[in-house]
Amino acid sequence: MPSLQFPLRDTPAEAPALRAELRAFLAEAGRDWPPMVPAYSWMGFDREFSREVGKRGWIGMTWPMAYGGGERTALERYVVLEEMLAVGAPVGAHWIGDRQSGPLILRLGTEEQRREFLPRIIRGEMAFAIGLSEPDSGSDLASLRTKAEKVPGGWKVNGRKVWTSSAHRCDFMIALLRTAPAPDPKAKHQGLSQFLVDLRSSGLTIRPILDLVGQDGFNEITFDDVFVPDSMLVGQEGNGWEQATAELAFERAGPERYLSSLPLLTEALDDLRAEPAAPEAVGRLLARAATLRQMSLSVAGMLQEGHTPAREAALVKDAGNDFEQALPETIRRLVDPARTPPQVIEMLGLMTMVARSYSLRGGTREILRGIIARQLGLR
Amino acid sequence: MSDIRDMVVEQVSRLLADRSDPATLRAAEAGTWPEALWSEAEALGLPLALVPEEQGGVGLGWGDAAALWQVMGRHAAPIPLGESMAAAGLLAAAGISPPTGFIALALPGEAVAWGRRAGHLALAPGGEATLHAPTDWQQGRGLIAREPADQPVLGTPLAEGRLPAAYGPDAALLAGALLNAARIAGALEAVLDMTVDYANTRKQFGRPIGGFQAVQQLLARCAGEVAAAGVAVANAGRAADRRGLAGAEFEIAAAKIVAGEAGGTGAEIVHQVHAAIGFTDEHPLHLFTRRIWAWRDGAEPERLWARRIGDAALARGGAHLWADLTSRDEEPAA
Repeated sequence: MPSLQFPLRDTPAEAPALRAELRAFLAEAGRDWPPMVPAYSWMGFDREFSREVGKRGWIGMTWPMAYGGGERTALERYVVLEEMLAVGAPVGAHWIGDRQSGPLILRLGTEEQRREFLPRIIRGEMAFAIGLSEPDSGSDLASLRTKAEKVPGGWKVNGRKVWTSSAHRCDFMIALLRTAPAPDPKAKHQGLSQFLVDLRSSGLTIRPILDLVGQDGFNEITFDDVFVPDSMLVGQEGNGWEQATAELAFERAGPERYLSSLPLLTEALDDLRAEPAAPEAVGRLLARAATLRQMSLSVAGMLQEGHTPAREAALVKDAGNDFEQALPETIRRLVDPARTPPQVIEMLGLMTMVARSYSLRGGTREILRGIIARQLGLR
Repeated sequence: MSDIRDMVVEQVSRLLADRSDPATLRAAEAGTWPEALWSEAEALGLPLALVPEEQGGVGLGWGDAAALWQVMGRHAAPIPLGESMAAAGLLAAAGISPPTGFIALALPGEAVAWGRRAGHLALAPGGEATLHAPTDWQQGRGLIAREPADQPVLGTPLAEGRLPAAYGPDAALLAGALLNAARIAGALEAVLDMTVDYANTRKQFGRPIGGFQAVQQLLARCAGEVAAAGVAVANAGRAADRRGLAGAEFEIAAAKIVAGEAGGTGAEIVHQVHAAIGFTDEHPLHLFTRRIWAWRDGAEPERLWARRIGDAALARGGAHLWADLTSRDEEPAA
């Protein structure tokens, strides 16, 4: 029962200069963002913003220069991410490509796939969606049924994916599909494969689903005899579960798992000065934020060294989700609506609603705690 | 430095695994000074661990000390070694040669653990450090930890000295907060391990209770809190090594707050999983959890530390919050 270790990491020497650049850029770009933008943070979608980010070399920062990447360190990239999140920038049009689709293509894709996709992700021109959940397969992801059957020159896909964020605005999806029946019900992790799916393919329909805020954030995607060419298989046929699980380490490891609601604290802070309970509550939030930041940096350091810290990432995501969900509730207990500017009240209201998604997306709290419990040796 | 840290941590782990057993802990709570444990710690030079080598000590830093204190918490070590280390370190920093034996550390408004056994007492108010040989001790006992907790009757100081600026006006309180946070982090590791073992062996409904999701979810949450406390303590130790105690006030406060909250949540969970047997005097769980509860309040409860950093953040305002959080370990851009 080895307990998880989180050795401290320092941010890189380049961090202060990088931060200065980012803060100048974000102050300008964010001048007119309404509260809705930080409320959705990395779920927000703004192609123009992503292209500007791409121009500055902040997408695919760690990827090889041969594909247009920056060959910078994972910790430099970390600094860029946390600066974006701290102001709730609408990074959704490049976030998934930069975080997981690009790294997957780089690691397991063909040379042709790398040349086709990576430069466009890097320029902020190609937006990716995640094709994992299905109507009957949420936490029990391996039970997914959307299938790809072999046909000459490619695959014929039928089934449905759901909860795919911004898919109606994205270009491609990396879909986890069943390419062979599970040999028996206990081996349902076998027979899955990952594909690059063009979201404009014939036979593919995208139906936006309104979220409880009333925004068209996520979608249901129906595949009706959608043809996917052989060249769009990613990695090895039948190895999709292992590949997707490794991808989840990237998906769960980042600072977006504790910073989603931080812009509310920044925005509300000055108006809490007259509230006697504010110092203690703010102090507790800051202590947690500083600690989660060190835990998150530690996981980024493990990724930099080439490890796959899936369990560490699960623990930090779970702890981070607790924090980012508690933050709006804490602020709510402190603000006096009569004396608080309307934009703060609006952001609080929006985040109160959006915060419910934090402990659902990217693996529910219960699934993450199951992973941690197994690491502890509980069976 | 980290080689020395590993070596000393290893030594202390071995010593405590042998000597900090439940019988010794129970005897200490009944007022019996753990002489064998203390003299072995002294033989290893541990009370002078934070004193520079040129002043006759081991020359460890605050980060090393925090790692040692965490190990002591892991074993619920029933000796005031952490306090004595901090007292000797502060005296040496103020140019006062620390005497041998147990030196108690006075914190404002708090009784001194095992004061009656102390040869000397160190105070560090307002950037000064003073060494006393108390003329008497009013004896008491901690309500929760049950350790002897005594109030000194001070005579004239034996020596006085000025602390370097990096120690600030609250040096003893900051050192005490780091000590208590580290001990909580260590004790939490111990109770989590005990509880996982228990959950894997205790059977109900025909299977180990650790197989039930309800229990797994609780212990996973506990593991998250244990990890957070450990990281917060390591971060505070690193900050104190880099910027001195005063410069690490934020990180030490954060460690005390996170460890305090984690201690509350963690102790609640391990007792819930142990159920009735963990509520008995016979079971060793409370030897750790009672100390966790007591250490939460040592060197000020997390409520006061939270107010301290919360006030500072409110005064600085929202525009500085993120920049202040990220600049602490970075050199400003040229």
